[in-house]
Amino acid sequence: MSDDALNRLSGPLADPSREAGYPAQHPPRVGFFTDTSVCIGCKACEVACKEWNLLPEDGLELTGMSYDNTGGLGASTWRHVAFVEQRIDPASRARVDLGMPGMGGSTVPEAEESGELRWLMSSDVCKHCTHAACLDVCPTGALFRSEHGTVVVQDEVCNGCGYCVPACPYGVIDVRPSDGGAFKCTLCQDRLGEGLAPACATACPTESIQYGPLEELRQRAQHRLEQLHEQGISEARLYGHEPDDGVGGDGAFFLLLDEPEVYGLPPDPVVTTRDLPTMALCAAGAAVAAAAAVVGCFWGGGR
Amino acid sequence: MSPGDVEATRRPSEDRPPFRSYYGRPVIKEPTWKVPDVPAYLYLGGTAGSSAVMAAVAGVRGQTRLRRVGRLCAAGGSAASVLALVHDLGRPARFLNMLRVFKPTSPLSVGSWILAPFSAVTTAVAASEVTGIAPFLARPASVVGAVLGTGMTTYTAVLLADTAVPGWHEVHRELPFVFASSAVLGAGALATALTPREQSLPARRMTVLGAVGELVSGSLMERRAGRISEAYRTGRAGNVLRAARALAVVAAGAALRAGRGGTAAWLAGVCGTAASAATRYGVFEAGRTTARDPYYTVVPQRERARRDEDSPDHRSEG
Repeated sequence: MSDDALNRLSGPLADPSREAGYPAQHPPRVGFFTDTSVCIGCKACEVACKEWNLLPEDGLELTGMSYDNTGGLGASTWRHVAFVEQRIDPASRARVDLGMPGMGGSTVPEAEESGELRWLMSSDVCKHCTHAACLDVCPTGALFRSEHGTVVVQDEVCNGCGYCVPACPYGVIDVRPSDGGAFKCTLCQDRLGEGLAPACATACPTESIQYGPLEELRQRAQHRLEQLHEQGISEARLYGHEPDDGVGGDGAFFLLLDEPEVYGLPPDPVVTTRDLPTMALCAAGAAVAAAAAVVGCFWGGGR
Repeated sequence: MSPGDVEATRRPSEDRPPFRSYYGRPVIKEPTWKVPDVPAYLYLGGTAGSSAVMAAVAGVRGQTRLRRVGRLCAAGGSAASVLALVHDLGRPARFLNMLRVFKPTSPLSVGSWILAPFSAVTTAVAASEVTGIAPFLARPASVVGAVLGTGMTTYTAVLLADTAVPGWHEVHRELPFVFASSAVLGAGALATALTPREQSLPARRMTVLGAVGELVSGSLMERRAGRISEAYRTGRAGNVLRAARALAVVAAGAALRAGRGGTAAWLAGVCGTAASAATRYGVFEAGRTTARDPYYTVVPQRERARRDEDSPDHRSEG
């Protein structure tokens, strides 16, 4: 099999829109670089997203775990700001055990606290994967690759089968119970066509959410990472920026200050369809074996 | 220990390494597929597929009573399978959108293109069987049904495995064999109960073979599942799968004696059907458990990433 044929399921792919059939002169691939080191947790992105995309209210409960009462991404929440409270040793940048009162039932008194308290805040969003599992498994063609290299649901086509929901390695897309259809971030497809930036990036007051051509964002992110490392923030790392990762690189990638799973992100996501050829082979083998077994059961008499 | 950071000892009975997560919340989304719709769809489709194969062979060999049972089970099972699938859709009125495109990358698209013609063909064949109209057309149609039925037995295994759900994806090589065995068991059990003794020998053999296949492939799957096997051994999924194994053993034993008595045939039928359905439901439930708990996503991925870093061509710093 050639590299090109393999690329359709996994591996680095320079131009997903071209691969999806758009002419060579399609617009450049765009995305988000979310620099969580400057996120202040204001949730303007969540509000702007809800407002622009007319997303319905989907719960007003208090989670009781932090200032994050959104909980996670969903059918009607396309931006989600995560809050993590930690204590670190400023010298080693290592985590210090944090005796938080509250949910965990920890008994460490506050007086024993040491180190520097910090909040990690990060605005999560659909990753617009180079190899998007949701798009691959969608049986109706409702999910499609846009000319901008993003992944979008066509609501008029979606029949609510829900296959995209467990297919996403990041747990982004979901079915809206009131409506039955699947929904997720479109990277403001309607704004892109007019030359506007997505609502969340426009609303972000600290430029934590940066929008632009993916190539440019990757360079910008590399520069920012070096800058932070020079400042001694050794724990800064990029997430989802590498074209040779399990999903062929994310269209929306991040600069994080701790392990991805601390923010609710998978540490090493892989597009499930990478293994589809193996699955198909095993299924064909098992099906033929089962049919042969049934035929074999008629061996000899049996009347 | 900060509440948002570490979540290590929720089930101290299991040997779990500490891992970090976001307040213990799941990383991936739990499937929105409903119970009993989807487990029923899995069971009915597989049983109908294997019944169609059995009916075609019985037709060729002139075993008319067995053929009749096979044809009716194939038609009934596939029709019920379609209903369960449509009922599970968020927008059932748009079911036909499944046939709007053919996407080889989507097991549900491929499956719909197997299921739709399969249910049409098996319904026509069953109608001919009952009414006696055009039997000369029923035989070639029955062979077409058998070919499609072969696909029916395992496409649903790919459907589950082709997701980010660790409990399904990690066993993507073994799951088709479990589902294929479960399909043979399901079809054999139904036919054992519904066919007169003198023609039910192939069905009884199918019950035994399917049960043995389910036990062997099931234990192989659990052995190869690594950390994920916890979900198959514990909780509701573990209980259901243990019950399925016990029922499969009873069904096989009863099928071996069903040549002599009607009670044994019915016992084989009931236990085999229950075992086949319980296996599908147990696998479905185990997958849902692994989707809910971040442990199953974070720890295996961490371990895989560490292995990749140890290998010589590891990726650059990230």
